[in-house]
Amino acid sequence: MFKNIPLSAAIGLIITGTYFLAAIFADLIAPYGMAEAVGDVWEPSSAEHWLGTDQIGRDLLTRMIYGGQTTILIATLATILSFVTGSVLGFIAAVSGGWIDQIMSRLVDLFMSIPSLILALVILSSIEATVVTLVVIMGLLDSTRVYRLSRAVAVDISVMDYVEAARLRGEKLSWIIFREILPNALSPLVAEMGLRFIFMVLFISTLSFLGIGVQPPLADWGGIVKENKEGINFGIGAALYPAVAIATLAISVNLIADWILNRTTSLKGGRG
Amino acid sequence: MTESLLEVRGLKIGATVYPPGEKPHDIEIVHGVDFDVEPGKVLGLIGESGAGKSTIGLAAMAYGRGGVELTGGSVTVNGRDVLQSSTRDVRRLRGAEVTYVSQSAAASFNPAKQIMEQVIEAAVLHGKFSKSDAEQRARELFAKLGLPDPDNIGNRYPHQVSGGQLQRCMTALALCPEPDLVVFDEPTTALDVTTQIDVLKAIKDAIRDTGVAALYITHDLAVVAQVSDHIMVLRMGNMVEYGTTDQIINNPKEGYTKALVSVRSIEHEEKQPTEPVLRVENITARYKGTNFDVLHNVNVDLSPGQTLAVVGESGSGKSTLARVITGLLPPRDGTITFAGRKLTPDQPSRTIEDLRELQMIYQMADTAMNPRQTVGTIIGRPLEFYFGLKGAEKQKRIQELLDEIELGKGFQDRYPAELSGGQKQRVCIARALAAKPKLIICDEVTSALDPLVADGILKLLLELQKIEDVAYLFITHDLATVRAIADSIAVMYQGRVQRYGTKSEVLTPPFDDYTDLLLSSVPEMKLGWLEDVIANRKMESAGN
Repeated sequence: MFKNIPLSAAIGLIITGTYFLAAIFADLIAPYGMAEAVGDVWEPSSAEHWLGTDQIGRDLLTRMIYGGQTTILIATLATILSFVTGSVLGFIAAVSGGWIDQIMSRLVDLFMSIPSLILALVILSSIEATVVTLVVIMGLLDSTRVYRLSRAVAVDISVMDYVEAARLRGEKLSWIIFREILPNALSPLVAEMGLRFIFMVLFISTLSFLGIGVQPPLADWGGIVKENKEGINFGIGAALYPAVAIATLAISVNLIADWILNRTTSLKGGRG
Repeated sequence: MTESLLEVRGLKIGATVYPPGEKPHDIEIVHGVDFDVEPGKVLGLIGESGAGKSTIGLAAMAYGRGGVELTGGSVTVNGRDVLQSSTRDVRRLRGAEVTYVSQSAAASFNPAKQIMEQVIEAAVLHGKFSKSDAEQRARELFAKLGLPDPDNIGNRYPHQVSGGQLQRCMTALALCPEPDLVVFDEPTTALDVTTQIDVLKAIKDAIRDTGVAALYITHDLAVVAQVSDHIMVLRMGNMVEYGTTDQIINNPKEGYTKALVSVRSIEHEEKQPTEPVLRVENITARYKGTNFDVLHNVNVDLSPGQTLAVVGESGSGKSTLARVITGLLPPRDGTITFAGRKLTPDQPSRTIEDLRELQMIYQMADTAMNPRQTVGTIIGRPLEFYFGLKGAEKQKRIQELLDEIELGKGFQDRYPAELSGGQKQRVCIARALAAKPKLIICDEVTSALDPLVADGILKLLLELQKIEDVAYLFITHDLATVRAIADSIAVMYQGRVQRYGTKSEVLTPPFDDYTDLLLSSVPEMKLGWLEDVIANRKMESAGN
């Protein structure tokens, strides 16, 4: 599988891998404690503080590593939740058709007609924002998009003769969805997953920036921007580091998604 | 000898392939072919799929379709080597000196433009005629091709004429710029058999009257025998035999040509009807959301271990009958009795036993198998599902089934994409047999296959019928197939059973008009057959 891996995918894998490893082993590699004030306010980068310090003197590299941990954790869990619910419901709608499809699809249309950021703001203003509630809210809101895609893909597949053959055999819904349709719908879903993951990173960062996402003292990339945004007025670049992190993660994840897409679309082996 | 219009010498054509697990590499698909076409003559190119016949046809226009490259040799049209010509010169050639008629007119016309606009486009673009002259010429061609209302048919849109008429419009399109050569690429293959002969006649007359030369590409030797002066038989990018039509048909020299000429040599002893396994009574059906019946009061019986052939043109309701029997389309009226039990009208409410004993094989083996499952999974699933077989026992049975369909070892782990067309259809047969059914519905199972491959499939089906004692409901439009395998025949026309009985009863005169039309429309490998048939017909075909 890793033979003849194209350069772009290799770059994507290295950068994404680094971010994920840093997130997983944050406790081991972070030079200081997450909420520990170790220096002066907004110190420039130095041998002790590679990225400098933040607005109350915490080490910024440490904050970035822990922030990455929270952001990536939430985004990953929310993406998984959104794909599991969205695609399963979408497949069920496509295979069942008729009024089941109508009810589900119109309900999804209803949710999609409300901007998800506003809906999230409304919900989060009434319940406490923890990692779990954030994952559930983001995951379910985003699953409407996945539902639409997976339903569209599955409608095309469910009229194929091999699905009809499975029905005529008497197969249950679960076999038709997971064994006949899912393997053939995987390519567009994987490509969408790369994109959706990045939207999740942006979504959680937006919520934190607005102050209703991840709550202090927990760090996350959106929160770091929020805490350090005043620094920009004084020429302090602390708020820009999370932006760079988000951008590079976005590009690298999609480089991988492109590669997987290339490998899986062709049944006769990848075309590079 | 006259000067050649088209002269092809040592033509080599290459393409890039992407085999599984290997690096893409280049292969040669046509290995040096030579032929000439003289002005006003028709050369038939014949071969199975993959023989390179369409590729060679397009090469006459210096065109290589999708990734195909003309790698060597020369193609000389009117004294100019078009492979060496500049893009500009080639562009001047295409659509003016050499034109093209494709297999599917429906896919080739722009549905948003009127037919006339498209027919005269090339002639006007190349400056051969003014717009009004071109329209005048188009109307003459419409009349010559036997299209109804030739003065106004050009104002219609492509969806407003029938498939056979559209194919004739496309011929008019190709003839409009007064080309020297027309490439016909399977122009009648997608048409019904009764429509095909009208289109064939129209094309033949138009070629004769306009004096144009033609390359006629088809896989059907009987068709090409009616229109061409010379025939070239191709196989896997090589020329097998070249000769006059008379010589190829009546005195073929090469073994492969002989096999093509004598195809459908299956002998099948007709069996007498017994107590039926399937009884279809008074079935009337319509599709949801429509207000007309597609099946009217259909009654047929099928005896165990025998074959009932359901014959008809597209739209006759023969596939709908299969959908009703399988329960995919519950009928409005009537009953179906299967193996002594009355079947419930809709499929989800049927018992596992009913589902198991009634299997189906599809026309397109490509789409009938999940491309992400291996052959072992595809055949193994019914075993697991119906009989609960697992592990070594299942593997053993899969291998037995693979042996029965003559595929043998090593196929279990292959994916459908790694099989040839005939092998795919064999795997579908094995999947149906795995359920140990009493009845298999075969929906046009051989019509997407090459004649020799189709022959093999039919022989296999007959062989399996003897071993497994399974009945076939065989849906087809091909009467040669029917003659080869049927015990009884139902001729369907516009949703009704027109004629029904044992094979000998149905195929013995006197015929009703429709059965006569259908039977007489099957191309025979005989010179002058076309003219005889047209002269003796009692009924016009629907495509007219």
